[in-house]
Amino acid sequence: MEKAAATPLVKGKAGTRRRLNMRRSIQLKNILLAAALPIAILVIWEVAGTMGKLNPILLPTPSKILEEFVSLTASGELARHLGISAWRALLGFLLGGGLGLAAGIWVGFSYKTERLLDPTLQMLRTLPHLAIAPLFILWFGFGEMSKILLIAKGTFFPLYVNTFLGIRSVDGKLFDVGRVLQFSKWHMITKLIVPAAMPNILLGVRLSVGVAWLVLVVAEMMGSSSGIGFLINDARSFSLTAVVFVGIIVFALVGKLTDSLVKLLERRLLRWQDSYKGDGTL
Amino acid sequence: MAADTLVIERLNRTFTSPAGDVTALSNIALKVKKGELITLIGPSGCGKSTLLKIVAGLDSDYSGTVLLNDKPIEGPSIEKGFIFQEPRLFPWLTVEKNIAGNLSLKDSKVRARVDELIALVRLKGFEKSYPRELSGGMAQRVSIARALLRNPEVLLLDEPFGALDAFTRAHLQEVLLDIWQKNRTTMLFVTHDLDEAVFLAERVVIMNPRPGHIRTVLPIDLPFPRKRASQSFQELRRKVLSEFEKVEEPAVDRDHGAGI
Repeated sequence: MEKAAATPLVKGKAGTRRRLNMRRSIQLKNILLAAALPIAILVIWEVAGTMGKLNPILLPTPSKILEEFVSLTASGELARHLGISAWRALLGFLLGGGLGLAAGIWVGFSYKTERLLDPTLQMLRTLPHLAIAPLFILWFGFGEMSKILLIAKGTFFPLYVNTFLGIRSVDGKLFDVGRVLQFSKWHMITKLIVPAAMPNILLGVRLSVGVAWLVLVVAEMMGSSSGIGFLINDARSFSLTAVVFVGIIVFALVGKLTDSLVKLLERRLLRWQDSYKGDGTL
Repeated sequence: MAADTLVIERLNRTFTSPAGDVTALSNIALKVKKGELITLIGPSGCGKSTLLKIVAGLDSDYSGTVLLNDKPIEGPSIEKGFIFQEPRLFPWLTVEKNIAGNLSLKDSKVRARVDELIALVRLKGFEKSYPRELSGGMAQRVSIARALLRNPEVLLLDEPFGALDAFTRAHLQEVLLDIWQKNRTTMLFVTHDLDEAVFLAERVVIMNPRPGHIRTVLPIDLPFPRKRASQSFQELRRKVLSEFEKVEEPAVDRDHGAGI
């Protein structure tokens, strides 16, 4: 009896291990597949470059770019520019995102506020950053203020729109529960509305963070003496194309990194969600 | 004689719509003693849920008198525990936090009560589960515990087991009776299931529609635990059923929940 019971158990364990190994090998294959095309392009690019088929001013070889990357990192110049850029993005995001969140909650809460504020905000939302930037520079000069405000303008709207949407899509039936349990107005917000709107709020955060980096480049290229945007612009005027590439790569990396951070936050805060996550075996 | 917890007199409720006024409740009178378990049964449209919402304070647009412990109802409050047809749990909270709601589990008194109630509704081991991990019956038990934590004067249940399968429903009926026998919470239980009404109640209030009114109140003086198959149970069941047939279209069995 016992033996009979033990056998399937062992088999089960081995089966799980086999499945795990299979999944791992599939993952590895996926990574290799995904990397194949970029690697091929890099190799062809490098070979064509060293053979002299490419204009080194327009398209420096990957190895040249890597060399530049290493030297900029070693000199500390890259870290300095990146630090300043990150600081600006953070301040702008905190200011714009914080206001966007507050406005979204306020407007989401009250139909009266919605009618008062939303039309104006929606009008401002459609203004392109590039059209506003000269005005900001006129008003606030080339200093930090204009840059941070420009980023704040960009990050305000994704959070505002999504918070508003999130609050308006809270299940009305849960409000009755809040009433029956005699929730205070404060508890209605903190225990019901904000948690229920959290998926939308986090989506807003993610979009805002993305916008913060995008606007940052615009702001730094318009006039600045530091930051990654300046580094790119400065290098361009001296035709140091390799440095331009380094700047672009840094933007890509940092953008991806911050996005992953928000995604991690999402996964932690939205553990309760029962939605399709994709089963990963396909 | 126990005092009356709930007194309803000359209660009328009319819904106004462009198509004309509809009288949902007409001249309702009902007294509920402290610790009593009453079921309200009737076909859809008889106003039984409306009556429950008025007692809960979720509907205040009525005329007449509704007194809870001699005081008129002023909006929803924790004195009137309400169990909806769906569990309506907060999906982002675990079972224990759903029960606690706006109360803090760090408070040792709350903590102890929550643990006690989790045992009472037989959910030990699921304290840290999220609602999505629960079955319908388990989720409904959480919502019962959530209402009981606030020590309600009266527990109002609006077809709470209507969406559950027959086995789960029978189980939850026993859980509810168990709670009632332990806590002696006054309960007003709305259902459209004949068996459920007879199985649970000390008195069955039979309502009829157009306009919603109380047809009759039938005492069920069977001892607990009740056997559904017993002859006396079946006799009472028939008696309740016959109260419908008197006014409803004949030959229509209104009992949606037969079986078990």
